[in-house]
Amino acid sequence: MVRVSPFFPTEKTMYKLLALLSLAALTALAQTKPADTANGKRLFERNGCYQCHGWVGQGGTAGARLAQTRLPLIAFTAYVRNPASGGMPPFRAKVMSDQELADVYAYIKTFPEPKAAKDIPLLNQ
Amino acid sequence: MSESKSPVGRRGFLKRAAASGAGLAASAPIALAQQAALKPATGSAVEVTSNVRPGSDFMVDVFKTLGIEYIAANPGSSFRGLQESFINYGKNTSPEWLTCCHEESSVAMAHGYAKIEGKPMMIMAHGTVGLQHASMAIYNAYCDRVPVYIVLGNILDVNYRRGNPEWVHSVQDSAAMVRDYTKWDDMPVSLSHFAESAVRAYKISMTPPYEPVVLVADGTLQEEPISEKNLRIPKLAMSAPPQGDSTAVAEAAKLLVAAENPVIVAGRVARSAEGIKHLVELAEVLQARVQDQRMRMNFPSAHPLYGNPGAVVAGPNLSDADVILGLEVQDFWGITHKMTGLNKFGMEAHPTTKEGAKIITISAIDLNHKSNYQDFGRYLEADLAITGDPEATLPELVEAVKKLITLDRRRALDERGKKIAEMNRQARARDRELAAIGWDASPVSTARLSAELWGQIKNEDWSLVSNDRFVSSWPTRLWSFSKPYHYIGAQGGAGIGYQAPAAVGAALANKKHGRLSVSIQCDGDLNYAPGVLWTAAHHKVPLLTVMHNNRAYHEERMYLALLGAKYDRDLGRSDIGTALNGPNIDYASIAKGYGLYAEGPITDPNDLGPALKRAIARVKAGEPALLDVVTQPR
Repeated sequence: MVRVSPFFPTEKTMYKLLALLSLAALTALAQTKPADTANGKRLFERNGCYQCHGWVGQGGTAGARLAQTRLPLIAFTAYVRNPASGGMPPFRAKVMSDQELADVYAYIKTFPEPKAAKDIPLLNQ
Repeated sequence: MSESKSPVGRRGFLKRAAASGAGLAASAPIALAQQAALKPATGSAVEVTSNVRPGSDFMVDVFKTLGIEYIAANPGSSFRGLQESFINYGKNTSPEWLTCCHEESSVAMAHGYAKIEGKPMMIMAHGTVGLQHASMAIYNAYCDRVPVYIVLGNILDVNYRRGNPEWVHSVQDSAAMVRDYTKWDDMPVSLSHFAESAVRAYKISMTPPYEPVVLVADGTLQEEPISEKNLRIPKLAMSAPPQGDSTAVAEAAKLLVAAENPVIVAGRVARSAEGIKHLVELAEVLQARVQDQRMRMNFPSAHPLYGNPGAVVAGPNLSDADVILGLEVQDFWGITHKMTGLNKFGMEAHPTTKEGAKIITISAIDLNHKSNYQDFGRYLEADLAITGDPEATLPELVEAVKKLITLDRRRALDERGKKIAEMNRQARARDRELAAIGWDASPVSTARLSAELWGQIKNEDWSLVSNDRFVSSWPTRLWSFSKPYHYIGAQGGAGIGYQAPAAVGAALANKKHGRLSVSIQCDGDLNYAPGVLWTAAHHKVPLLTVMHNNRAYHEERMYLALLGAKYDRDLGRSDIGTALNGPNIDYASIAKGYGLYAEGPITDPNDLGPALKRAIARVKAGEPALLDVVTQPR
């Protein structure tokens, strides 16, 4: 019954990891096929990405925002493979291949653009 | 074994007791109650002249002098004598009996009540099976430094145990089971002993650090006629809270004034409105950032010096601080160190504070450490450790700081304050943009839920009687908390099953003040002991419960996914043992069954506002209501 919330980093932290990308990762990513968003959706749900990041990638205190991510695929993949945050599952290739991660990434990219907060009266109370 | 034949009937005695002034009703706060109790006495204590009545009547006399408003209990034969005396002799007022469906609910109700009212509620339970049910809730209260006045029934004398139920309900040492997480207990063997220990228990519970206490009411002592002569009820002399050493406080002031970037971390600081006022004063005089752990209503959430509200769960970023002042901080070592994450093997830890940063602690918890349960956290190498209650120590610290600030220093501090305020403004603007993502999503986003609720209550005298961590702290990030009753914090011991009863207890405390109590209720928590909804309906506790129904024990589901990935396993199985679906639980029907007004499940966010309006109207009319909202996970 212990409840200790995992800590997940912001997207800003993830950007820093771009510098850590390996040549091997770049080579692997170059081999991916065109992304399949339907498969990405299936994996996003089945593998529990929504659990921390929300069903529409909105993020929260348990996970970073994914909707409208500006991370390129290679940075996204590098982070997911070896997350800096101690609270994020490390999705290695045995769990999700590079192609599958590309599918998940493509699905994340389909999340709709949110309204601006200034246009939502309840967020300007 | 003797059987008393009282020559005076119960009703006759009640009249006599009323005439003599014994058993005074006391609904006022403790000081007033004590003054009232003292009025008819010739000395400094209440004299009880009659001795032809059950011992439990005298026990009621004792309790009435303590100013306790309510007794929460699931009925039990080991304290039937006391219950009978409370409802008949004591007229079921001051304290009033609350019918509970589980002892865990009784204690958690008292926990929530104390966080609003600032004083204990009494709970009663069997010394065996009742206490076993109650124990987790007691542990929560202990870890959360909350006073709860626990009275246990037990029959110690084998000659008085009538049959098997009373044997299996009897125990040599009732309080032993919870002694590791209560502050004090006693098992009085006479009524005079009982009176003394009852008063002492209250005093100990209400001396910081506040904690639960246990008093055993022996069954024989309850039910046999009073035989002791010249019984008296000792005067309650409350202790002034422990205050930090003046020399150490002056040293702390020097460090804080000289610091370039001091940060104040607020754990369980404010016990009252005064605590909030003093902390605001300290922050403003120093123009220092306050990182609130949100265990109490410590600091106004909309204050420009409030640290990043979104960091409440993750822990504050203290890497830029050169002096860190921790006020009754929870796991201070943990927030100043980074450990290897659960997604990796092995363990390394290193400080996250910058080299040379000074750490000051002000805490009363060192006065009440115990060994077995590890709530004290890892040993922190502080540079200056002050033992004392923060609320009691802050006024002297504020004055010491003021004396040291020169005009030049004042200008520098004000510049620092402007930078913090700008960071705060940016964090709030960022939070609003984040809240907009998924605004129209179904399940309903926790940001939308929080914003809709705020829209309905912000012009009321409101009180959030739940924790907001499981909804990504959106209320902290979007609302404006300022009054002592605006927030009650979390469980303390991280034991689930607390939130629903704590909300009912807190709402009960708010009731007489006419406040609108709202709770964002996690679904997993409600399933532990949902009968507390009936207690709320039965006692007409005005409380709006808005379900955060993510259909899972979600924190655990995240852990399973994390570990599954760590071991390269199938992540599609993390629902096993954690999901609360198949079938989905219909909380509106459950609530209706307990007698509440309820609606749901609400899955369309556009339906939420109107539903809230309808439910709030019912709550404002004096009844509990529940809305089942199907939500995003966090």
